[in-house]
Amino acid sequence: MSESAAAPVNDIALSIEKVVRTFGTARAVDNVSLEVRRGEFVTLLGPSGCGKTTLLNLIAGFLTPESGEIFVDGAPISGLSAFERNIGVVFQNYALFPHMSVAENVAFGLKMRKVTRPEIARRVQEALEMVRLPQMGERRPRQLSGGQQQRIALARALVIRPQLILLDEPFSAIDKNLRAEMQVELKTIQRQVGITTIFITHDQSEALSMSDRIAVMAQGQVQQFSEPIDLYRRPANSFVASFIGEINRLACTRRIEGDRAVLECGPVQVRVPTAQAPAGAATESMLYLRPEALRAVPAGSAEANLGTGQVQAQVYQGTHVDLIVQADNGWLLRLREPGFAALDRWPVGARLAIHADLAEACVY
Amino acid sequence: MTMADRIAKPAFIALVAVALAFVTLPSVVVVIVAFGEKSIMMFPPDAWSLRWFERALTYPDFRKGMVNGLYVSAWASLLSVAVGTLAAYAIDRFAFKGRALLEAILLSPLVIPHFTLGVGLLLLASTFGLARGYSVVVLCHLILVVPFVMRSVYVSLKNIDPMLERAAASLGAPPLTVFLRIHLPLLAPGLAGGWLFAFILSFNEFTATLFVTNNTTQTLPVAMYNYVREYADPTMAALSALLILATALFLIIANRFLGLDRILSIESHR
Repeated sequence: MSESAAAPVNDIALSIEKVVRTFGTARAVDNVSLEVRRGEFVTLLGPSGCGKTTLLNLIAGFLTPESGEIFVDGAPISGLSAFERNIGVVFQNYALFPHMSVAENVAFGLKMRKVTRPEIARRVQEALEMVRLPQMGERRPRQLSGGQQQRIALARALVIRPQLILLDEPFSAIDKNLRAEMQVELKTIQRQVGITTIFITHDQSEALSMSDRIAVMAQGQVQQFSEPIDLYRRPANSFVASFIGEINRLACTRRIEGDRAVLECGPVQVRVPTAQAPAGAATESMLYLRPEALRAVPAGSAEANLGTGQVQAQVYQGTHVDLIVQADNGWLLRLREPGFAALDRWPVGARLAIHADLAEACVY
Repeated sequence: MTMADRIAKPAFIALVAVALAFVTLPSVVVVIVAFGEKSIMMFPPDAWSLRWFERALTYPDFRKGMVNGLYVSAWASLLSVAVGTLAAYAIDRFAFKGRALLEAILLSPLVIPHFTLGVGLLLLASTFGLARGYSVVVLCHLILVVPFVMRSVYVSLKNIDPMLERAAASLGAPPLTVFLRIHLPLLAPGLAGGWLFAFILSFNEFTATLFVTNNTTQTLPVAMYNYVREYADPTMAALSALLILATALFLIIANRFLGLDRILSIESHR
């Protein structure tokens, strides 16, 4: 956040200021403020009903905010209808016009802009080549596969050279293998074109892999807006910590000793820098540790700092093994060991001690 | 196969057969009667002839009624498509005061007896000093068929993905352009279906038409009614057979060009 505040004003492509939108008594978007830099790929991530789609509809102009203002390239757009804005939208179900050919679909926005005929033909062909479907112009949308339709929808939205592009869960209807391919392709095209992109998803791995920054939303509010790595390693609150990835939650009591927070977690005492345990956190708090911050070490090892336990199950996942450990003080922990060596080394029933990389710990 | 299935299947087939017979038998009887020789309708005929077909095709009132009917139905069906489409569009897309009332008024002819409408229009026309001209007949038919067109268009409209409207808007299309370039082409099958039903309903309408026509504006069904009041020969049956044939041809041609299967089926976009 501090980085964007330091950026020059003309570098901000989209600025959302204190936007509120309610449906009945529910605050779908509750005082949201966001700044997106030019060319940035920002994802709105959250569970269904968190307000991310409402926010997208507000940016696109399909809904109007009750209060607050949205600026695109510095200009307020609340007074403009959707058709007067210059924002490309890719819809979840593609929303290609079924009575038009692929080329006519892509040309539609250019016709609306009164672009000359030869120029339309040239730009349509260029757009189809960009999404690697140059031969498909004469087809009807229903003759294309889901992935192809998605690419045409992207070409149609980009060909008008919008100020920004909004993508509403564009890959949710595409099967898993193709989805990964489409993600890479979208990211490549986005970088080539250099267009500011707002991407909506409820799929956190999709968000983590594609985004420059991610805004995690819940209950109509932005919980955290930061780079994927910070979101993962430094979640701003307990919601983000639990929502992103897998995490171990350990109940503890906290007191401050100088620049350290001392956490009494049952029989185990953990010390972390106070920066990782914000002063606002309650005395009764939760210690959050990612599975990969925990490692199995032989019982009695000097490295052990999170007690001892017994392996209850092994979960082999190809690139790593997750050990489910029943700690002696009652915790059920998930430890992530890279490779597959842990399968033999820590069989079910084996006694072990636990090492936690406390630099990766968070307390809320 | 369970016991229930073993009984249910033949029972179902029998039911369908009975229903088909009920629907088609009267027409079959009329067509057979049309080929009778005697100048009185009898079933089955004891001698055969085509002379009643000749009379049906040459009788002046029938010729005039046919022309009048086509004229009235053409206007009524075209106007009903325009009115029904705009009304269905307005009711579906825009929230305005009196929306429910408008819908109720436009659909009310479905529950008002045609007799009532015919008498009412006759009284109104004479109150305002309007002669019983074609315009009153067209207006009468328009009122009667608009609900059918409206329903047909309304269903087609419901089948259009609402996201298409948003997609078009995001590409810079104002509302009128969305209607003309997106909705109208996608509604075309529904419009064609609505027009087809409107035309056939209008052409066959009798009860209300009886009140609002006179000797010069009478449509074919009214001319037929006047004929049976005077004669009991099989001319009527012959004319009916010809009408069945014409309507069937009309539907076959319409199916070829418009695709009735597309009109009558409900596609799912959602």
